[in-house]
Formats: sequence, structure tokens, C-alpha cells
Amino acid sequence: MIEVNRIGEVWVFAEQEKGTLSEVPLELLGKGRELAETLGVPLAAVLLTAGDGEEMATRLGQYGADKVYLVEHDLLRQYQTSTYARVIRELVQTHAPQVVLYGATAMGRDLAPTVASSLRCGLTADCTDLQIGDHTPPGSKELHRNLLLQIRPAFGGSIIATIVNYDGWPQMATVREGVMVMPQPDGQRRATLVRHAESFSGFRAPLRILESERREKKVNLKAARVIVAGGAGVGTRESFRLVWELANCLGGAVGASRAAIDLGFVDKDHQVGQTGTTVRPALYVACGISGAVQHRAGMEESAKILAINIDRSAPIFSVAHYGIVGDLRVVIPRLVRTIRGGARIEGLAEPLEGPGTPPREARG
Amino acid sequence: MGYRCVVCVKQVPDTKRLTGEAMKDDGTVNRAALPAVFNPEDLNALEAALAIRDRHAGTVTVISMGLPKASDVLREALFRGAERAILITDRRAAGSDTLATSYILSCAIRRLEPDIVLCGRQAIDGDTAQVGPQIAEKLGYTLVTYLEELLDLRGSTLRVRRNLGNGFEVVEAELPVLATVLDTANTPRPPAAKRLMKFKKARCRSEVEQAVSRELSEAGEDARATEVARRCLMLAERGLLIEQWNLEDVGADLTWCGFKGSPTKVHRVQSIVLAGGAYREYPPTDEGVGRLVRELIEDHTIG
Repeated sequence: MIEVNRIGEVWVFAEQEKGTLSEVPLELLGKGRELAETLGVPLAAVLLTAGDGEEMATRLGQYGADKVYLVEHDLLRQYQTSTYARVIRELVQTHAPQVVLYGATAMGRDLAPTVASSLRCGLTADCTDLQIGDHTPPGSKELHRNLLLQIRPAFGGSIIATIVNYDGWPQMATVREGVMVMPQPDGQRRATLVRHAESFSGFRAPLRILESERREKKVNLKAARVIVAGGAGVGTRESFRLVWELANCLGGAVGASRAAIDLGFVDKDHQVGQTGTTVRPALYVACGISGAVQHRAGMEESAKILAINIDRSAPIFSVAHYGIVGDLRVVIPRLVRTIRGGARIEGLAEPLEGPGTPPREARG
Repeated sequence: MGYRCVVCVKQVPDTKRLTGEAMKDDGTVNRAALPAVFNPEDLNALEAALAIRDRHAGTVTVISMGLPKASDVLREALFRGAERAILITDRRAAGSDTLATSYILSCAIRRLEPDIVLCGRQAIDGDTAQVGPQIAEKLGYTLVTYLEELLDLRGSTLRVRRNLGNGFEVVEAELPVLATVLDTANTPRPPAAKRLMKFKKARCRSEVEQAVSRELSEAGEDARATEVARRCLMLAERGLLIEQWNLEDVGADLTWCGFKGSPTKVHRVQSIVLAGGAYREYPPTDEGVGRLVRELIEDHTIG
């Protein structure tokens, strides 16, 4: 643990692979800037790599970092737990940040708990929001000011918990990709580079990485302007074809709730939600999705939400802008027909011309 | 030869079926009030351990930290083939976050000196995936997360394929190792009928005490204590006593346990209250759908 202090910086772990920064640290720099400004301290990125450090550091500066702690060493070329955790722990002990944020990626979920354990500090996973606030422990008069409020759904999504850490610093949290909004980069902004020399003398990395392969996701939900998503209420894999049809005629991407993934309707890459992807499209159409909190956490900031569900009391309607209570097997074909121009729409001079591609076979 | 495997298992509230009175005033969960299940990915971890024993010989010990009721999952593990079950239970462990939990478990595991520790990737209540990695750090074991396939185990070298979500890795490490196991790694074997018949009578000491309290409610404290000792002895003789360790038994420093040993604290818990949504409803008719589409076009959402 480090001493609780008011001068420590806000840090973001700058996850990168093969010299390319992931998106999540850039998103975290946006929220990090807010937190740092509220606390009145600098925002720094922590970058561990074997090379290309300066290039990535420049980018981190453009996305809001005041400083970049750069550690370059051959042993950091490919991520493994003990090399990265060792460096971060040393940096934390040397510079005593107040807050350290990580993306809740495969790497982050391997690294952050290891660092937290070695520092004996607190860590909250999968935060959906972070704020600065005060806390008084129940039954005590002690006021802890300006703590990091770590907010996340819990227990099957029936509660939102706010977690604090007032004596096991630094305050650490992980946040999933897409949850925080990517800031606009400022080409003029520069971060101060602070090089940290790590000596791994006498250290042998315990893991041998024999093979490593990354694959492209089947669908880019974050970039989609329109998403049509299906849930367990779609009923069967065959019926999920309707979701594809509606997505196609709107020029949108196909999304799904966790339940639909578990039922095998479509591939995991399409999952929207707290443990899937967080999206903010212009239009989100939720078909047969009940709207559990973990799903809503992934889509409730969509500009417009249309919910189609046979159950009027489904929680999805609490976040919807438009709602159709009915059987999606009737409603979706109607929507598709209308959008494709099969029906005359009152008030429009011409029948609507949609993108009009014929339905493709449902995949996935 | 053979390998000594320890599997960490957890009894979790079935988070898909929560009832209203689940939370206490201090923000921690009243676990006793909820329907409880074997954490799904821990079953996969157990299966991985049993498969290692099937192939290479050795032992499989399951360990769980929880209320006496958590003996349920230990019994389930015995049904499936684990040969030793240990319950860590102590009121002073209540309110432990992942740091305190991993500390307590690592103290216990250290006494067992396993070659391989297996944990489910994450539990369906906390969903943090933190305890496995934190136990590894405390034990000084090499951590391998997201185990999807055990490719090879010979001598003291383990080779594993990890599924990272956006790709995979094949890694090799020297034992001792702690691995967290994915639900896609295997299909857990069902309970074996013979083992079920035998081990359904297995009990931990606290369960015996609770039963004696109920059945001999009229009897004096001494009589009850004698009866508890008698029953435990009989269970032990038949290999049916689930070992029960408290914080002294595992050698834990109390300052790092329970609420005091947990840096993360609950500030606030809000129940999700679903306000009636202020949405515009359209009937599911051609007319209603037509109006909706026109509206979406007019505000440039589509079209």
C-alpha cells in the first residue's frame, strides 16, 4: 500500500500490443482527465513496451495525458503477468499515484489483480462509472474526502454498487472498452515523457509464449450507426434471421443480449452489454430483449432506442424512446416491409426507398 | 508420480433468481437468504483437475471459503471425484473483498503444497475474476489465466492454450502454476452414482453442530458437545467428515481478513428501480409501424 495522499496523480495503464495502443486507454484518458481536474492533479499514462515508445507516447499526449511514464525493455515485448506487474508496482511505489485505471481486457484482468495483490491495495472490476466524492464509513464520524467512487452493477444486475477505498491506496479500477467516451485528440497537445529504466537483472520470465494469434472481430459494433439486437425473446435461432433482416434493411449491425448468445442464436462477437460491447449508436432496436441491467449498461446511451417486446413490463421499456408491444415475428416483417417501401406511408409523397437488399441467410 | 491439484470452489447466490431482502444495512450480502449454486466455472476447474488425475495420477483436493452451507458444493465436488474437501469458515472472514479472500485462501493452499491450483475464471456474484490471480501472486505461483485447453503436462512443465477473447496464445510454464479455467474448457462430468450415495452423508463439523442443536434442543451444552464429538468421530472413521478450518488453522493474520482486511468498501447500494419509461408507444399494426418509420425518417434517425 502507499500512503493516502492528495498530491498523487491519476494514472491510466496504456495497454498496447506490437506497438499499437488499444482503444481503451484512450477512452480512459477522457475520464481520467475529468478525475484529474477535479482532484487538481496531473493525468499520466503508463506505457510498457519494447520499442515504438515515443510514437505511442505522443499519441497518449494528444488524447490528454500530461505525462507518460515510459518503460522500454526487451522483456516487455510480449505481455506476461510477472514482468508487467513488477514494473507497475515499482512505478506506483516510486510515484504514489492516487488512482490507477486499467482497461478490463484480457490483459487488464490478468495484470490489475496481480498488481493490487502485490501492493495490498483495493481494486474494483468492470466499473461503469467513476466519480470523485466523499465517504463516511457507517457508524463512524470520519469523513474521507475526494475519493474515487467506483460504480458498477452487481448481483445479477439488481443493484448498482458504489465502492470506495480510503485506506488501501492507490485506488485502482478496471473499466471495459467502450464504457467511457473516447475524447477528441488534440494534435497540439504534448505530454512530458518520463523514462523509467527497469533493470530486470537476475529476473527470468516464468512464461514461455510459444504461439500467439489475434483475430479480427466479426462485427464492429462500436462503429455502427444503427444496431438491431435480439434477445432470448426472439425464441429460436431460425427466428433470429428476422434480426438480420431488419439490420440489413437499415444498414445496421447485428447485436445480441448475453441470453441470446448463450442460447446459441449468434456469435459472441455480437454481444452488447456490460460483459460484451458498450455502444452508442444513433438507433438501437432491441428485439425480444428483456433489458436486464447488464444489457442496459451496454446500450442505454444510444441516441434513440426502439424496444419491441411482447411483455409490456419488460425493463427495456424503461430506457426506450419508442416502444412496440407485440410479437416481434409479426412486427419485424412489418417494419422491414415498410422500410423497403412495400407499403405506402401516409404523409410521404413517394414510397420510401430503403437500402433494399434482399434478405441474406442469417449467419452465426 | 502424479500431481497434487487443489481446486478453489465457491458457492454463489444464484444471481438469476434474487429475492428482495438480500442486502444487509452495511451493504454486504446476506448470502444465507439466497438460493445457492456451485459457481459454474469452478465446475470446469474441478473437471480440469479430475482430468489431470485421470491421465497422470495424483490427488484432487477442493477447498472453499464460506458459510457452513458451502459444504453443499464440497459434497458436489466429492460426488464428482475429488478425494479431499476442506471448508474454510470463520465469522471473522465475513465481509472479505477479493484481497482478503485471496489472502485467506492462499494461507490455506500453502499448507497443501499443490503442484497445480485451478480456479474458475470468475464467480457469477462478484464477477471480478480477481481472486485467482491474487492467490497466484501471494503464493508466488506462475499465473495462467483463461485456460481453454491443457495441451501437455510432463515432468514439471505445463503447456496451455489460452483463449483471450480476441485471439489465443499457447504458453508453457514450470510448476507450480495457478490456472483460471474458462467455461469453454470442458464439459464437467456428472456426479458418480456410487460416490453420491456415499458422500451425500458427508458433513462438516458446523453442520453436525447445527443438527445436534436442532435435534437435542432440550439437552444441556455438555450433552450436545459429547454428541457432536461422537458424530464427528463416526463420520471421520467412514471418510465422511469434511475438514473444517478456521483462520487460526490456516495461519492467517487477522488484520488482513474480513472487513478490516478489505481495502474496498461499499459506499452505497442502490436497488434498481425501474421507473415507468416515458416512451412513445406504437401499436404493432401496419398503421402504427408506418407512423413510427415516418417519425424516424423525419428526425433523420433512419432513411
